Amino acid sequence: MAKLTIADLKKIKEKQHATFALREGGYRAKVTVHMGTCGIAAGARDIMSVLMDEISQAGVEDVITTTSGCAGFCAREPMATVEILDNPPVKYGDLTADKIREIFKEHVIGGKPIEKYALVVGSETTY
Amino acid sequence: MEKYLANLLMCAGTGCVATGTPKVVAALKAELEKHGLSDEIKVVLTGCNGFCAEGPVMLVYPEEIFYQKLTVEEIPKLVEEHFLKGRPYEKLMFKDIEKKHAIPVMNDIPFFKYQVLRVLRNKGMIDPESLEEYIARDGYMAAAQAVNEMTPEDIIKVMKDSGLRGRGGAGFPTGLKWEFASKSQADQKYMLCNGDEGDPGAFMDRSVMEADPHSVIEGMIIGARAIGASKGVIYVRAEYPLAVERLQMAIDICLESGLLGENILGSDFSFDLEIYLGAGAFVCGEETALMRSIEGQRGMPRPRPPFPAHKGLWDKPSVLNNVESLAQVAPIILNGAEWYRTLGTEKSPGSKVFALTGDIRNVGLVEVPMGIPLKTIIYDIGGGIAKKKKKFKAVQLGGPSGGCIPEELINIPVTYEDITRTGAIVGSGGMVVMDEDTCMVSTSKFFLEFTADESCGKCTPCRVGTRVMLDMLTDITEGRGREGDIETLQDLSKDIIATSLCGLGQTAPNPVLTTIRYFRHEYESHIRDHWCQAGICSDLCSFHILDDKCKGCGLCLRGCPSNAVVGEKKKPHRIIQELCLQCRSCYDACKFGAIEIKPSLKKEPEPALKDEGVTQ
Repeated sequence: MAKLTIADLKKIKEKQHATFALREGGYRAKVTVHMGTCGIAAGARDIMSVLMDEISQAGVEDVITTTSGCAGFCAREPMATVEILDNPPVKYGDLTADKIREIFKEHVIGGKPIEKYALVVGSETTY
Repeated sequence: MEKYLANLLMCAGTGCVATGTPKVVAALKAELEKHGLSDEIKVVLTGCNGFCAEGPVMLVYPEEIFYQKLTVEEIPKLVEEHFLKGRPYEKLMFKDIEKKHAIPVMNDIPFFKYQVLRVLRNKGMIDPESLEEYIARDGYMAAAQAVNEMTPEDIIKVMKDSGLRGRGGAGFPTGLKWEFASKSQADQKYMLCNGDEGDPGAFMDRSVMEADPHSVIEGMIIGARAIGASKGVIYVRAEYPLAVERLQMAIDICLESGLLGENILGSDFSFDLEIYLGAGAFVCGEETALMRSIEGQRGMPRPRPPFPAHKGLWDKPSVLNNVESLAQVAPIILNGAEWYRTLGTEKSPGSKVFALTGDIRNVGLVEVPMGIPLKTIIYDIGGGIAKKKKKFKAVQLGGPSGGCIPEELINIPVTYEDITRTGAIVGSGGMVVMDEDTCMVSTSKFFLEFTADESCGKCTPCRVGTRVMLDMLTDITEGRGREGDIETLQDLSKDIIATSLCGLGQTAPNPVLTTIRYFRHEYESHIRDHWCQAGICSDLCSFHILDDKCKGCGLCLRGCPSNAVVGEKKKPHRIIQELCLQCRSCYDACKFGAIEIKPSLKKEPEPALKDEGVTQ
């Protein structure tokens, strides 16, 4: 390893940022891919892989992805929920690889929900 | 760029390694591989997470889900549920004791909720073997400032203003220590780190060295810059192999990358660092003895002055700081003295790490703000007494140099001043909780055995005095105690404290003095009534079954090693005293509290075992 300078320290810190955003919770957007039995059967794993590729290619560091169980609307799987900080979550259904790419570019990066794919805005009320 | 769906931070501290981390990690990695998740999920081995009682533990980011007591058998199910289907796996979560429901998120668990992390800022957060991960958490930024932008005076001012007090036990202000050494003129100075943690039940420093070795090194670089030292030594006991391994790894990578050695970070400051292995003598935690030990001599203290700041290692000005003190230096330099003072009290600022052990539910490592009530640590963080029906009796603070604090004082704030007033000391941070089944005379005897063994022998009052006190305590616990023994113990204590050279002798009588102060009646009952009410001193108790409470369940009968318990099923049992060995197994087995502990039935105490001396 070459001798480090102060500039190098900063560079290393930047490079590690994505990993630590995950651990420190400093993220701007969160995409949840629903992976109940129904979701997995309908191809949610592929959706997740595509999403991970997109994030990786775009080089964004403030987007995290996570999985969750069945959203209850099995007929419209695969589904994903996009949450941008300070905005209500948006649920998308009947996803395909192309759709999730588009959603990633328009909504996650661009901040504009794609209405034609959206099922609902907001979350169910829980008691 | 590598992008992960989740980071699994698996604790690889000594505690969790002992309970199975290596096997669990192997199983976890194999299972992730099997499901094709290896590219999406990163497994990181971290230092001690702190919640050792529940080990092996793992933290899942980004959700911050805390899993505990992992086993190889549960891994396939865990991977399937959480990582394949996205359903956090409840079975392995922490359970609320009263309500029995699972608490998934780490910071909702009371053990973690009340903690503040400064010393342990990177615990369970980074891979201790990765320099990059340490740098990602602002690592070496403070050192960069210290060597490039700050003068030694600047550094010392920040440290003095912060009010950081040495975390090794004595509580001497770190900034002041640095200032003394900085003003000493010499061609060579030394920056030393004390990793010779030796109190029974204490593992704070080991955890810091294991979980975050770079934080100690960074603190030493800054300290060295402040006092003008070009060489440093970390003194660690050889029985901390994992700490030694990780420190050495950290030093090697720092040398390679210019964070140690010549011209650190391109500045004109140079600092070399090496590890010295101690053989584990308790007295070598004393600064002058430690320095003698590094010089290759027998570890014995010498009179001060001259203080090490003027004449230390190899008779050159030296500063010796404790691991925990050094680990706090970098954040103080980065965030300033004011920030440091936002926690704690005026005279005891900042936070302190404690190792919680003994009869407590949540055994582990905790960091709390100074000034927090002792009760909060024991009940909220520690979860109270481990055994359900047992009551809290006392907490031992400060190890063999400290004392026992009784229940009446449990509301006191944890500061250097308040704890000292009770007769105990904050010490390095060992906190041993004891429940009502503890005999305080035996407890003080245990600590005195330790100090009598560890006394280096230089000062007669310490060498002989602790031995005489130990013999008296042995007599008391075996039924040969006499009226006046308590007063003699107190007198001897005063003399030993007044006439010993170093901290070992000056504090060795503390456990005896505090137990006499708060539990004098136990000493009296041992001496006068031949009655150890906790049933620990086997010569001073007898066990009896209460007819009205005994359900005749037979648990005591089955557990008795000498067949002293007799009785028919569902009828009250009886103990044949002639056969009873006072082993307590019936007392521990009984679920109905039907075993009563009474004074010894023996007429005459057994004569003391004579020390025959060493023969050829």
